[in-house]
Amino acid sequence: MTALATRGPRAGRESPLTGSGALAKLAARRDRVMLAAWIYVITILVVSTGYSFKGLYKTLASREALVAGISHDPTTLALAGPVWGTSVGALTAYKVGASAAVAAGLMSIFIVIRHTRADEEAGRLELVGSTAVGRSAALAVGVLLAAAANGVVVLLVFAGLTIVGLPAGGSAALALAIGTCGLLFAAVAAAAAQLSESARGARGIAICVLAAAYLLMSAGAAAGTSGLGWLMWLSPIGWANQVRAYAGDRWLVLALPLAATVVVAAAAAWLAGRRDLGAGLVPPRPGPAEGSRSLRSPLALAWRLQRVSLIGWVAGVLIAGAAFGSIANNIGSLLGSGSQAKDAIARLGGQSGLTDAYLAAMMGILGLVTAAYAISVVLHLRSEETSQHADPVLASATGRLNWGASYLIVAAAGSAVVLAAAGLGAGLSFGLRAGATGTQVPRLIGAALAQWPAVLAVAAVAVLLFGLWPEACVAGGWTALGLAAAVELLGPTLRLAQPIQDISPFTHVPKLPGGTVSAAPLIWLILAAAVLTAAGLAGLRRRDIG
Amino acid sequence: MTEAIAVSGLRKSYGKTVALDGLDLSVAEGEVHGFLGPNGAGKTTTIRILLGLLRADGGTARLLGGDPWHEATALHRRLAYVPGDVTLWPSLTGGEVIDLLGRLRGSLDAKRRALLLERFELDPTKKARTYSKGNRQKVALISALASDVELLILDEPTAGLDPLMEATFRECVEEERHSGRTVLLSSHILSEVEALCERVTIIRAGRTAESGTLAELRHLTRTSISADLVRRPAGFEQLPGVHDLDLQDFTAHGPDRRGATGLGARVRCEVDSDKLDEVLRHLADAGVLSLVSQPPTLEELFLRHYAVGDQQEVPA
Repeated sequence: MTALATRGPRAGRESPLTGSGALAKLAARRDRVMLAAWIYVITILVVSTGYSFKGLYKTLASREALVAGISHDPTTLALAGPVWGTSVGALTAYKVGASAAVAAGLMSIFIVIRHTRADEEAGRLELVGSTAVGRSAALAVGVLLAAAANGVVVLLVFAGLTIVGLPAGGSAALALAIGTCGLLFAAVAAAAAQLSESARGARGIAICVLAAAYLLMSAGAAAGTSGLGWLMWLSPIGWANQVRAYAGDRWLVLALPLAATVVVAAAAAWLAGRRDLGAGLVPPRPGPAEGSRSLRSPLALAWRLQRVSLIGWVAGVLIAGAAFGSIANNIGSLLGSGSQAKDAIARLGGQSGLTDAYLAAMMGILGLVTAAYAISVVLHLRSEETSQHADPVLASATGRLNWGASYLIVAAAGSAVVLAAAGLGAGLSFGLRAGATGTQVPRLIGAALAQWPAVLAVAAVAVLLFGLWPEACVAGGWTALGLAAAVELLGPTLRLAQPIQDISPFTHVPKLPGGTVSAAPLIWLILAAAVLTAAGLAGLRRRDIG
Repeated sequence: MTEAIAVSGLRKSYGKTVALDGLDLSVAEGEVHGFLGPNGAGKTTTIRILLGLLRADGGTARLLGGDPWHEATALHRRLAYVPGDVTLWPSLTGGEVIDLLGRLRGSLDAKRRALLLERFELDPTKKARTYSKGNRQKVALISALASDVELLILDEPTAGLDPLMEATFRECVEEERHSGRTVLLSSHILSEVEALCERVTIIRAGRTAESGTLAELRHLTRTSISADLVRRPAGFEQLPGVHDLDLQDFTAHGPDRRGATGLGARVRCEVDSDKLDEVLRHLADAGVLSLVSQPPTLEELFLRHYAVGDQQEVPA
């Protein structure tokens, strides 16, 4: 009888975190390449910027000129936030702080979703959950792994900047500003993973929050001290800027992302404890018992699977476009009336030229955002393949070209719609205040659509890889976008050589509104996209599926 | 006899891993053909080559008289496929998937669809993400069975079905056979194969181990014999076709029918079915006191073919 009364050492109530250690080891092993790549890219991004600024702007005078230019140009302010000092460090923090904070946020989002909702959706967590592993262990492991990755980024960035020769205090502040932003987005992703039933949906929610944070920072920075400047304080990326590394090092600001991390992570844990495995917060409803008449082609299927995502992107860029358009109205007044401001305005082609230059730069950003949408649609082909959803379709009377082309049509047409929505948002908000909706709406829709050939060219890289080297197409597709974004955002300030800037398709599209349009580069871009796409589809016809 | 599927010497490697190593498969038009083999033997790879999803490295494969790689789209109008591990688009309902796949194939009989939904007791209004494995399997089965096609390729189609639904599945395949359709049925469920298939092909490690009717394959198996004998049978150990022999002395207690208490022999062995006659004659010569014989079971047949590492025991 005593044997019956004896209980195992582990019987009874266990912590929801049981098994985290073993899971963490597994996670670190699965991700070792991806983690190393992210950490490397972020570190290099920051340290190389510090290094090149040290070489490019040796004298105080050259730095003061640069800072004066930046401070009077809302366009640059909107891209990277305000600059707080004239030292090399302060310039580095200004130039790369926001991008690195965004990159750290993206890294955290990808890590956390991968180990929570993606595993859950694939059914792997069901197997793991049946072992002696607590309910919140996977969530904890995802967040801890992301936290560790951000910790390594902080150490390496600090070490790198110090080695380059920048002051240790400022280097620590900048590194921590980046790392804490990354940490906060690990918590955001953990919460998003509880809300959506699919990994794609969860990733989408978290990236939308990141994009909103960037836009708030951007709007607040462009508005400066007038009116809407406080918007910046609503944004984690704004906080990273407000740490003012190398220009006062306001350590207390770091408490904001840390406190937010605690709150959001607690919310995620609370949500996780209240739902079933595999479920989201929205309960499933019954749907149609029969396929609608139109659901009869691969294109109809691709559209059906992509339409919700398209609506989300359209709504997102509509709001972003409207925000940019409304800031554009204030560009002139933001500059004040100093003589330096007048010079800057004159250099940029007068008041209207300045506004146009700002809007053109924002169209470039929206073009990059749209390219992200197009790539995500193209890469959906790969996820259809690896999840074996493609098998029954390809085992029907649907040819591979037909199947592949269906998603490419959605990607191409969808990105045109996304761009038009961005232009519409900007045109409406800019036109309404300026009292010229009738002319501004078509003008800015046109300006946005000028980005379309570049969007297609970037997405075509993903198509090429999908056909010829499918294992690499996800990483390769996003890398292509990352390179284009790096050139677009950092190229001019870092004075990258023209041949390097030329690799980004976005370098070749006309700077609209305001710029001149020549047909040749647009035709070349579309041709390049067509050739890459054709090569990718030819590869798809020849290779094994799955 | 026209062949719906004719595969010979099929080869396929993934890097250094050899999946198919000269596989042969022949399925006659109008037959239900069982396709068997242990996990990882290459069944799914073969099916994926037949569907034109993979390209064979060597050998030939003909499907419904055409080339499965070059004429994939045209051939796919004439066949329906049910994968072993059915994954569906989580946001579509079962009914939508059934209709979509049928339309992509080019044909769907609305009456049969309704009838099959009823027989398989599937609720078509549920989103695919809420279906269990068995219900996902039903979605793929209903879509395939409701299509007007010549050939059904079923890769372990009943893996997630309950016994009731499995019975329904068998009825459906019987009906398909009567209406003259060809079925390639990959399965692990032996009773299902025994009930449905005229001919079977057993593969192992990417090669065809055995192919023929069930009766032919049974012929290649062994009957277990256990007998009490009056005398030790002479030269029994040397008889061809006797395996796993266990020959023991045995004392018959008390007066037996022959009026003597003596030393007999107890024999247990496995006998190749085609050598049974000769072995029985030897046993009879030694004076049979009792005899128990067990016919070969299908399980035994498969176990012998599935078992890795005792290839020398597989009858040539």
